[in-house]
Amino acid sequence: MNFAHRPVLLSAFAGCVYAFLYFPIVVLIVYSFNRDGVGGFPPRHLTFDWYRVLFTDSAMWSAVENSLIVALAAVIISILIGFPAAYALDRYAFPGKAAFQRFILLPLIVPGVITGISLLLLVVSGGFHLSLTTVILGHATALTAVATTEIFAGFAKLDRSFEEVSADLGANGLQTLWRIVLPLMRTSLLGTALLVFTLSMDEIAVTFFLIGRENTLPLEIWSRLRRGATPEMNAISTLIFVFSVAAIFISQRLITGGEARSGQALDIAGATR
Amino acid sequence: MLVTLPPLAWIALFLFAPYCLLFCYSFWSLSEFQQILHHFTLANYAHLFTNPLYLTVILRSLRIAFSVVLLSLLIGYPLAFFLAFHAGRHRVLLYQAVIIPLWVSYLVRAYAWKVIFGNEGVLNTLLLWSHAASHPLSFLLYSPFAVIVTLTHIYVPFVVLPVVASLEKIPRELLESSSDLGARPWQTFLRVILPLSLPGVVSGATFALLLSFGDFLAPLLLGGPSSVMIANIVANLFGADYNWPLGAAVAVVILVIVIAILSVTQRIERRERFA
Repeated sequence: MNFAHRPVLLSAFAGCVYAFLYFPIVVLIVYSFNRDGVGGFPPRHLTFDWYRVLFTDSAMWSAVENSLIVALAAVIISILIGFPAAYALDRYAFPGKAAFQRFILLPLIVPGVITGISLLLLVVSGGFHLSLTTVILGHATALTAVATTEIFAGFAKLDRSFEEVSADLGANGLQTLWRIVLPLMRTSLLGTALLVFTLSMDEIAVTFFLIGRENTLPLEIWSRLRRGATPEMNAISTLIFVFSVAAIFISQRLITGGEARSGQALDIAGATR
Repeated sequence: MLVTLPPLAWIALFLFAPYCLLFCYSFWSLSEFQQILHHFTLANYAHLFTNPLYLTVILRSLRIAFSVVLLSLLIGYPLAFFLAFHAGRHRVLLYQAVIIPLWVSYLVRAYAWKVIFGNEGVLNTLLLWSHAASHPLSFLLYSPFAVIVTLTHIYVPFVVLPVVASLEKIPRELLESSSDLGARPWQTFLRVILPLSLPGVVSGATFALLLSFGDFLAPLLLGGPSSVMIANIVANLFGADYNWPLGAAVAVVILVIVIAILSVTQRIERRERFA
């Protein structure tokens, strides 16, 4: 097969797929500056009004605040649980390991509705009320699976010889963990934290069933979309897009030195096996 | 070994216990005063299996999910092929460009399609403006079509990434020897490349299948009554239609279907590996 020449048809097809992937995003951004509402071609009357509306929308910003609280808590919990889980999966053989792995990764492949309602049943049976705390619980449960796969992938790439040297030099397990393993895992952990944070900021399916009176950002947007769309939604979506892209670039910087990594999504997809 | 304790406790409390509760609820029932009766009954399952509505919705959800997978493969495989073999020096950038939409909020992307497909949406007004149509195409939004396009848009990257990974693992010498032995490029593709990339295809397709099967947000936002999916039924039973035991039974059925799909794809994958 000749790989030197570029097949024109294939390249054109790839171009169309990129257009398909980015068309909705471009539409969103363009219409966030459109005075006359969402839709309507061609867009006219460029305006920043919708951003002005957005910035004075206090309900929206308190939802942003709630989302930040939830995401931060979800990151902390999912790493606190995911790190030892990944460590155990990487290092030890123990009875029930297969079941352990299957259970902790379950939320990756089980629809969010099911994770959501089963936790709702737990919360209600325990006599608790729905609040941001229950949302945090839901996110942490769903995203621990992601954190575990990501950190596990990090462990797989770890060079074990450093730990052996550390042990040979007389460090105990805890010292090795603290002074060797954690520093070596730093980028992997940061990347994981960023991924979990982004996913939590976007989570709806599980949140839907566990939300109390205070809305997270996606739920606030969701409830407004159901009432009818305004370009203010485009404006907030554009901002979310900008932050997401910034997050991916930061994380790629952290994780790699420029060379393409196989991508977080791939690890997640791989976990379905 | 102590490290396994916190995750084990977490699993027991927040995964195992909730699933057990779900299972128990599916065998309970609702009194006429809307209270949960904690008596064992098969009534929910009997209702599910005798009322054709549920089967219809389950089949529709599977049909939508399989359409999404098929479309994602049709769109995603050539792109993955392009990325693995022909992307040239911009490979890294082009690869990142597939990942970026994954990081864009699900809600944002679903909403964008609503903006595009609506009666006064971008597509319809563009068609009217350019005189390609004389009246708005109302079948675009609130239809299974809109749901399938949106879910495909969301899950294409999940198909592309594992396929690229499996294409890249194919030793280039294999392709050279295939062509040295006189195979035409399409023969090399059919006999060498395609079979060797199947693990990636299966892994990506499984992911897209399961996630779109269990989706309830896209149908709520973009689908009409004709695109209600099985997860919507669960969401309704846990919401406005208040009947948690019945909702739990539907959820258990979804869980069983998900596990069945997984065990089939795992079997296919295992056969690929040892073939």
